[in-house]
Amino acid sequence: MKKFAFYTTLLLVLTATVFLGSCNKEVIDRTTLYPALNPSSEDLNADTWKPVLVTNPDAFTVAAPDAIGSSAYTADISEVKSLQSNLTSDQKAIIAYWSAGAVLRWNEIMRDLVAKYNLPPYQNPDGTYPFPSSTNPFAYPEFPFSNPPYAARAYAYLSTAQYDALVTAYHFKKLYNRAAPYKNDPSVQLLIPKSDLPSYPSEDAVVAGASVEMMKVLFPTEVDYIEQKAAEEMLYRKLAGANVQGELTAGQTLGAQVADVFIARAKTDRAGKAIGSAPEWAALQNNATSRGDQYWISLESPPRPPMLPLFGKVIPFLFDTTTVVKLRPGPPNLAGSAAFKAEEVEVLSYSQHPTAANQAMVDFWADGVGTYTPPGHWNAIAESEFVKEHYSEVRWARNYALLNMAEMDAAICCWDTKYFYFNERPSQANPIIKTLTGIPNFPSYTSGHSNFSAAAATVLTYLLPDRGNEFIGLANQAAMSRLVGAIHYRSDVEVGLQTGAKVGEYAVARGQADGAGPGN
Amino acid sequence: MMKSLPANLLRFGVLASCLAAFSLKANAQTESDAIMIPKNMFCAAATYDHSSWTDYWEGTFKRNNLNIGTLTTNSYMLMGNYGITNKLDLLFTVPYVTTNASAGTLAGQSGLQDLTVTLKWIAFETQIGTGVFTAHAILSGSVPLSNYDPNFLPVSIGLQARTVSLRGLVNYQVGRFFVAGAAQYTERSDININQNAYFTTQEIYSNNVYMPNMNNILASVGYRSLKLNIEAVVQQTTTLGGFDITKNNMPFPSNTMNWTSAGGLVKYSFDGISGLELTAGGNYVLKGRNVGQSTDVFGGVLYVFDFSNKNHR
Repeated sequence: MKKFAFYTTLLLVLTATVFLGSCNKEVIDRTTLYPALNPSSEDLNADTWKPVLVTNPDAFTVAAPDAIGSSAYTADISEVKSLQSNLTSDQKAIIAYWSAGAVLRWNEIMRDLVAKYNLPPYQNPDGTYPFPSSTNPFAYPEFPFSNPPYAARAYAYLSTAQYDALVTAYHFKKLYNRAAPYKNDPSVQLLIPKSDLPSYPSEDAVVAGASVEMMKVLFPTEVDYIEQKAAEEMLYRKLAGANVQGELTAGQTLGAQVADVFIARAKTDRAGKAIGSAPEWAALQNNATSRGDQYWISLESPPRPPMLPLFGKVIPFLFDTTTVVKLRPGPPNLAGSAAFKAEEVEVLSYSQHPTAANQAMVDFWADGVGTYTPPGHWNAIAESEFVKEHYSEVRWARNYALLNMAEMDAAICCWDTKYFYFNERPSQANPIIKTLTGIPNFPSYTSGHSNFSAAAATVLTYLLPDRGNEFIGLANQAAMSRLVGAIHYRSDVEVGLQTGAKVGEYAVARGQADGAGPGN
Repeated sequence: MMKSLPANLLRFGVLASCLAAFSLKANAQTESDAIMIPKNMFCAAATYDHSSWTDYWEGTFKRNNLNIGTLTTNSYMLMGNYGITNKLDLLFTVPYVTTNASAGTLAGQSGLQDLTVTLKWIAFETQIGTGVFTAHAILSGSVPLSNYDPNFLPVSIGLQARTVSLRGLVNYQVGRFFVAGAAQYTERSDININQNAYFTTQEIYSNNVYMPNMNNILASVGYRSLKLNIEAVVQQTTTLGGFDITKNNMPFPSNTMNWTSAGGLVKYSFDGISGLELTAGGNYVLKGRNVGQSTDVFGGVLYVFDFSNKNHR
């Protein structure tokens, strides 16, 4: 006993000393480790790639650049040289951050905003719920509530606007064919990898201009933050010797003009009406009872109106609304049927026998309240693969556009199915079923995670065929996490995976025909 | 959708209170009081703590959550205390914890929580006036005993951080009455969660979470005799950093969890059965931030073994 106590004491003191002495608790964010973008191909033919909405690049105004040697250009060059003369550590950090890529960083910024605003409103004193309003965005609850359908659509508009803006920019880059600052003035130091892309208008600025304009609409309370990010990115281009002010101004202006085309679409794509109204919510119950099924009721207290019940009516990017109906799977098992009971028993068993491995999988894919949602998770997965590919900015944008159009359209198809059938969750059918994650406030069939994940995996497999099995494996895991988390039946997951994959194929078909080719 | 709440009270509040329940034979000694167990004596204890809250603070906003109802935590603890010398004690605690939410669908969790090992040393002792003044240094460390999920608050049973704490404590006793005060600093390790990205005040792409350090101050006053101990304790725990739960968001392990609590304990030694003691007490959170307003009650049985030859009863 004495010896034991002595050694324990010694061990404790030593451990404590080592622990306190070595306490470096710095958390390393893997996205800060990305190298500067160094495309293996500039994709110089990107002006011929098929845009999403833009039909004629000459419909946009990009003033001819100042002549090399003009006083305006010389002043621009002088500004760059002066900025470069004494770089602070903060400025070097700005270069390190933004040089990883404009599309990459703006996609991350969007994920940040989605996570920040993905919060269901707190109830009113009378037990009803307030809704965010785009016309009064600063009032609680702030606009938007960036739930999964909202997020899927936001990522899609951001990526498609960036893609069309870059394709359009390539048109003008070729037209004006201005060489980069360091080529015109050897005393400008280029602090990032060389690019042979004509530098007017700046591709970074085009992405920033499109992103800022789009995000102002999607996250109107964050305008200051968004503009500050854009200003920082423009500064980066000058600090790095990659662009002069005239190239940046032209790029931002063009990006904003292209974004306006997408904003016009967004305003009329029916998403604004997706919340529906109290009579519409009540009428949804007939969708289940008319089939002899039990209708969904909110498991929240106080009961919360269903999440975006009319999102299934939103106009998709990859196909028309009649295709949404065609892609809708057949009905779920009727409540009380033998098949239904069997699935309910399976869910109950996962609920009552949780394992650490299942909980870990549920957590990993939860992507619930306060997160960037499942589409955001797939954007993050795509990012970590895309960085290995050394894409050009325009290919980054094109690939994200394909991915996110698929995610948005998967959201539309999934929401259409959920509200067309309006069936109950496992915990509604059997209140003994406790869940390993928060239970979503919308009907069960089919699983959103499954739709999103299969759609994403299908697109990513097309883009990176050598990793296809990994993506499909991840999608299956994400889908299964909802079953073992006890919030979905097996059929929700299996059918959701099928529909998601079908939606993904539309994006693949688009990718095969857009002129970009397979890339490297 | 789900709204929830911090389990922190488990970690520090409940543990602290249960250690406060740890007493023995005319001497109650815990990691937060001035009482020592004599050399070569060992005290074993089994205690039960029942803690529950309905209201909690989301940042500074006090609310309830009908999707949680009442969150109940039951902790079953085995504890030991050994006198290495008359001036140095070694204590340990092993808790098994279960949680349950009375409303909503979230599944309660259970498992072995964290082992805490403590060294308690009388650094200084002197007579002042008619009383005795002592100063103590108390070093504690804790490590998780299982891979319970730290990011499923409020039903998580703990936070998974390894900790090292150093507490300075002074005590002044006149006759059977004492007053004491203490200050503690707790260094916490970072933790790993099952997600590989998470949002605090910004998105962080890592499964690694920085856990801010904490401090605790307490004051206690009471009566100590060979048969009976009665004491009252107020304490305040502060997280040195972290962030608030945003409106209607889920809690996160690195939230700023602060609380002020008041409690008391009673311990009684039997005349007839040498070495046997019973203890009971409670704690109530008066004010908090990103924690539940918990009430906890505890009770325990303690037994003292004497390994010293000369000191035999």
